[in-house]
Amino acid sequence: MKDFIGVGSSPKRKEDLRFVTGKGQYVADIKRPNMLMGAFLRSPHAHAEITSVDIAEALRMPGVRAIYTGEDMRADEVGGLPVGWAITDRNGEPCKEPLHPAIAVDKVRYVGDAVAFVVAESLEQAEAAAELIEVDYKVLPHVTGLVEALQADAPQIFDDVPGNLCADWEMGDNTAVDAAFENAAHVTSIELVNQRLVGNPMEPRAAIGEYEPERGQYTLWTTSQFPHVVRLLMGEFVLGIPQHRLRVVAPDVGGGFGVKQFHYAEEAVVTWAASKLGGAVKWVAQRSEGFISDAHGRDHVTQAELATDAEGAFLGMRVKTYANMGAYLSTFGPNIPTNLYAPLLSGVYRIPAIYCEVKCAFTNTVPVDAYRGAGRPEATFVVERLVDTAALELGIDKIEIRKRNMIPADAYPYQTPMVVEYDSGDPMACLGRAEELADVAGFAARKAESEAKGLYRGMGVSTYVEACGLAPSRLAIQMGARSGLYESATVRVHPSGAVTILIGTHNHGQGHETTFAQIVSERLGVPFENIDIVCGDTDKVQHGLGTYGSRSLVVGGSALNKAADKVILKGRKIAAHQFEADLEDVLFENGEFSIAGTDKKKSFNEIAGAAYLPYDFPLETLEPGLEEQAYYDPVNFTYPGGAHICEVEINPDTGIVTLDRYTAVDDVGTIINPMIVEGQLQGGIVQGVGQALFEHCVYDDASGQLLSGSFMDYCMPRADNIPHLVIEPLSTSCAHTPLGVKGCGECGTIGSPAAVINGVVDALRHIGVRHVDMPASPNRIWNIIRKTRTRVAAE
Amino acid sequence: MKISFTLNEKAVSVDADPATLLADLLRENLNMTGTHVGCDTSQCGACVVHLNGESVKSCTLLAASVDGQEVKTVEGLAKSKDELHPMQTAFRDNHGLQCGFCTPGMLMASIDLVNKNPEPTEGEVRDWLEGNICRCTGYQNIVKSVLAGAAAMRDGN
Ligand code: FES
Ligand code: FES
Repeated sequence: MKDFIGVGSSPKRKEDLRFVTGKGQYVADIKRPNMLMGAFLRSPHAHAEITSVDIAEALRMPGVRAIYTGEDMRADEVGGLPVGWAITDRNGEPCKEPLHPAIAVDKVRYVGDAVAFVVAESLEQAEAAAELIEVDYKVLPHVTGLVEALQADAPQIFDDVPGNLCADWEMGDNTAVDAAFENAAHVTSIELVNQRLVGNPMEPRAAIGEYEPERGQYTLWTTSQFPHVVRLLMGEFVLGIPQHRLRVVAPDVGGGFGVKQFHYAEEAVVTWAASKLGGAVKWVAQRSEGFISDAHGRDHVTQAELATDAEGAFLGMRVKTYANMGAYLSTFGPNIPTNLYAPLLSGVYRIPAIYCEVKCAFTNTVPVDAYRGAGRPEATFVVERLVDTAALELGIDKIEIRKRNMIPADAYPYQTPMVVEYDSGDPMACLGRAEELADVAGFAARKAESEAKGLYRGMGVSTYVEACGLAPSRLAIQMGARSGLYESATVRVHPSGAVTILIGTHNHGQGHETTFAQIVSERLGVPFENIDIVCGDTDKVQHGLGTYGSRSLVVGGSALNKAADKVILKGRKIAAHQFEADLEDVLFENGEFSIAGTDKKKSFNEIAGAAYLPYDFPLETLEPGLEEQAYYDPVNFTYPGGAHICEVEINPDTGIVTLDRYTAVDDVGTIINPMIVEGQLQGGIVQGVGQALFEHCVYDDASGQLLSGSFMDYCMPRADNIPHLVIEPLSTSCAHTPLGVKGCGECGTIGSPAAVINGVVDALRHIGVRHVDMPASPNRIWNIIRKTRTRVAAE
Repeated sequence: MKISFTLNEKAVSVDADPATLLADLLRENLNMTGTHVGCDTSQCGACVVHLNGESVKSCTLLAASVDGQEVKTVEGLAKSKDELHPMQTAFRDNHGLQCGFCTPGMLMASIDLVNKNPEPTEGEVRDWLEGNICRCTGYQNIVKSVLAGAAAMRDGN
């Protein structure tokens, strides 16, 4: 029996003690000596020329130390915010990448664009002074809708981006798709909107910049999912700070969901201001400021068609999507609706030919970038709405049509027509198990019960597959990434045998301190409590690409596993020396080094001690110490997937949709910590339910103002909106990651929106409804029901 | 102005601007950063503390109004790191938190619920926590934690 806490168990999380006692340390909690406070003045207009900025009166206010404008940063040769992953359009041209200044120069392009930064002794002083800055704007016509932005008469947002078109992109074989449609017995067409969302991690963004002139040292504390990448992007491209002089720290971070995986203007501004003032400058976003400055997510308009034969076999798919980039490109902006979207359009189905074109448009809105799932929920929504609609039109049961077209388990690895090759999976088994768990057989009876109460009940099914574990560098760079996407880990064994892991991913809720310790405990036999994790500090951790795209365990965990391999090898070398034996004869098992066939053995702790007391090591071949570092670059993406089934009940008098039952069967590969995986799935599902039923980021087209700018207007899912979720894993091991893991952070968010909307449409099917856009809010549903009733009455 | 009150069973006296909110007084003047601020519209509940034993949103309360009263924050729940409040233990045991940002508010709100209703149902827990947003957990394990915490509080653990 194992006496350590390894893979497959659910120990209490190491991180929780500090959080339940209020001892977490988030950026907003940090104070530095003589720290100054900063506040931004932001544009009230969607599109305007800045004709003058008068800071004279504001500067005279008590406590004010400095006021900076975009002009000041330009004069200091501060660079624009760089794009980390660009794309190439259908003609092989790079996408348009207009200059993105940290503080607006000459022109503001969205409500919330920064215009000036005030630094004062207190926040109240900074905010009061910001109100006294006089900005003269020449207001220009604006456009917030992405389809409108691409029309010929739309206002031009950048002089050097004709028609506001960032890129016209394509993937797939158009000719093959045309042929498939010509031979089709049936074509299903849909139009849908994947609405704009605000990620809203509960901790608002914050940043503290500090400069020590005597040492020439910069430090940035920031609410980031990837501190090393911020160091690279901000240091190299924006501020020109040599990497070794810039320390970026992301301490405890209160949720990310993608929102904190970009290099933001505020990070550069506080660091630059600190360098000007020679001290520390802090900025903490208010929630309402977050709404107009955190990158938003989704915002697609799509037309899609599915060609089938008479029996419902899929022959081809054609997708045309418009994607909103916002007013500037955020760090990964153009990559999300293209490279992370189109390759997933095959879903878990055999579709011989697929073609997708995407037009990325600039608009006068907050920049749009990755939000949990990032491209893959959008793709799944298209596929699963198409499949459901096709089933309805062809009169085939919705589960049956899915099964008819699914990739069978024995067809893996499966090459899709859209670049990616799925290494492993068993969608049929996931759907079959979900059917049982969801008691699909009992649906008719539950529907009758609802009807007796005057309620409409519907059942929604969705399957999904995603590509995560970002990313195989070779593929990523072909797709436009400007860096490889490997990960690094160090296993530092102390003389006592205790271990410190230094890893380049970042923990902001995912339980890495626990899961990674379990991996090392399993591999090295070191007690779980003797293993600590360090992440989020570029001065401590060698290097890293951070946490996003469900990559931490897949890529970081694999690097960690590789570093553990190296530690074992080094330990065997030390043991061989001590036993005066050949390396090949030294075994390492259950935390012990031994010689096969003898009773010679040494514990891991003994070898760790020996590594640091090397009085007789042959130094040419065996160095002291027991610390190993590894970099891991995945050979493929990983492809978690699954099947979700839900039931909704709609009250036709109020339009309120109640999510009554939810079942998810997910294949996330090998599971290290079942408790944490289930938690990730629960949280993900609820975020997807949020998109399906509640959340909607709305701009007023006429004024260009963000209407949903607070939790009063932007409806977040709350505890009383959600039923008890039934979640069961069904794992097939990933064929290419050493631990068999696939990643699980985004699964729920990818599978759930389509399941819920399919359920809503099913509930309204009997009154002739064929599609409902998200969110299925009471207002929207009530109007749909009322209109249908009026129509029926008139007929 | 001077504001004097009992904070986590100790008398404190702070000089603060009369417009200071309780959340800011705790965080900025007293360096008690366990109480979090997640919004500016009284919607998220990250800032919940107890005032005379009842949960209140400290972001919406003027610090001056707690003069002479009793305030308890998340820092005041555990006797020591080995002697947590049963609700804290329940959140740890049931994976009732991920990033931990909503947790202080969730704990304070939940303890108030159980003080008022020692045996809440799942539905009652969900309704009570309607004013506390968590973006990470999907609430399921929070609800599970509160039910377990309630049971432990009833048993006097
Ligand atoms: S900080 Fe959000 S309710 Fe108090
Ligand atoms: S645990 Fe992150 S917001 Fe609740």
